[in-house]
Amino acid sequence: MNLHDALSSGTFAVTSEVGPPKGTDVSEMLASAEILRGRVHALNVTDNQAAVMRLCTLAACIHLKNAGHDAVYQVTCRDRNRLAMQSDLLGAASFGITNVLALTGDHIVVGDHPAAKSVFDYESVQLLETIVDLKGGRDAAGNELHGVPDFTIGAVVTPDAKPFRPQLAKFEKKVRAGATYFQTQAVYDPESFTSFSAYARGLGVKILAGVVVLRSAGMARFMNKNIPGIEVPQALIDQLEASNDPVQTGIEITARFIEQVRSECDGVHVMAVGAEHLVPRILDAAGL
Amino acid sequence: MIVVRRKPIDEILKMVGRHTRVMLVGCNTCAAVSLAGGQKEVDTLIELLSLAASRKGFSVEFSDAILERQCEPEFIEKLDSQGYDAILSLGCGAGVATLAGDNDKPVYPALDTLFIGSAQGFASWQAECSACGSCVLGETCGICPTTRCAKGILNGPCGGVKDGTCELGDRPCAWVEIYDRLESLGRIDDFGKTMPAKDNSISARCCEWDMTKEGDDS
Repeated sequence: MNLHDALSSGTFAVTSEVGPPKGTDVSEMLASAEILRGRVHALNVTDNQAAVMRLCTLAACIHLKNAGHDAVYQVTCRDRNRLAMQSDLLGAASFGITNVLALTGDHIVVGDHPAAKSVFDYESVQLLETIVDLKGGRDAAGNELHGVPDFTIGAVVTPDAKPFRPQLAKFEKKVRAGATYFQTQAVYDPESFTSFSAYARGLGVKILAGVVVLRSAGMARFMNKNIPGIEVPQALIDQLEASNDPVQTGIEITARFIEQVRSECDGVHVMAVGAEHLVPRILDAAGL
Repeated sequence: MIVVRRKPIDEILKMVGRHTRVMLVGCNTCAAVSLAGGQKEVDTLIELLSLAASRKGFSVEFSDAILERQCEPEFIEKLDSQGYDAILSLGCGAGVATLAGDNDKPVYPALDTLFIGSAQGFASWQAECSACGSCVLGETCGICPTTRCAKGILNGPCGGVKDGTCELGDRPCAWVEIYDRLESLGRIDDFGKTMPAKDNSISARCCEWDMTKEGDDS
């Protein structure tokens, strides 16, 4: 079952992600996807993630599609203007790639080409509106399309953002702009997540909880300090610290989290962050 | 005001070091207030350049002049550069360009032009305006998202904000500040209004502005 069918049938959706290579060799990316075959409904393909230049997302999505996977085409606004984003979206749809995820994108200066010009002609909300326009048969300038894409339109949200209220107001704008499903930033506190999820689902959108498996106490502390919108509770850090096998403990923590929130959301988005081989173990442990 | 910053001495010397008589021209408007183009900064730069030039074995004579505003022809007319073979401007980019257009000698910039900004205390300025040609400050309580948000986002904070700080770590999140100001003014409902993408054709077509050529649309 693909992502669109999982979301529309109320099946608990499972997504993960792969990163395109720096270079033309897609074998590792396809191998990472292969381990997840049959385990996930779709694989997100990141778009020059962290502003680091890589093989283009659209090409990577086509490789995945040709290998029989359902891809989620992540589109950021950092590197392309509204013409380029629209033409790439039409190009994606022409290959049958219709799951899209609209993001503003990390700033250029945090990546590996810091001297490049940032585009940000659009940001996520405006991009979502334009994707809706395309789906309605018109481009952003109001011109009619010959052949209309049928996108499943997603976006991201950070339920543990600090401060939260401006983030929540932005989330509501994304909902109004036309996002139908959201993958969240990594979340660790079931209570805080489910309270957000209940509110969000009340607006009629699907929520996929973002999870990143913690592989050590050091990693958890690093994320708390450096990654915006991530709050790993101290109790989890203590568990990892006390463990003889922190990777296994991290997998158990993730599986327990998924079990706790499963009835309160529409799916889970497992971000591998450099440990793709662990994703099947996480899904096993969570019974997915 | 236009906020400027002096270039490194080596970079300036590369431009003027091969000339024999160079006139440094300060600008008494924005560049002087930016502490980079007034009489004091002209004097200091002459000392620094003389020292650096003599170390490199260049024989250059530097002298000084100040204009009230380098970006207006009527002020530039007063400049007498006879006997000099180059001009080093301590004005913003508009000053350098105006001087260069009015002169048959090479004109070099001693400063980099940073932004349109406001003073934040002594020797400290903040970017406030990107001269985009389509102002939204009325919707954002006087905080410019095009300028103060690193990504120029028009519809609220991105996911990079951490404890109210921009993901670049060098400034407060403009959208958290806009949110707080809208709330304190009782206008929080305005935050929910989606702003359309900028019409960039306005700035693309704004290479000049001649009021006398425009019809009256008032």
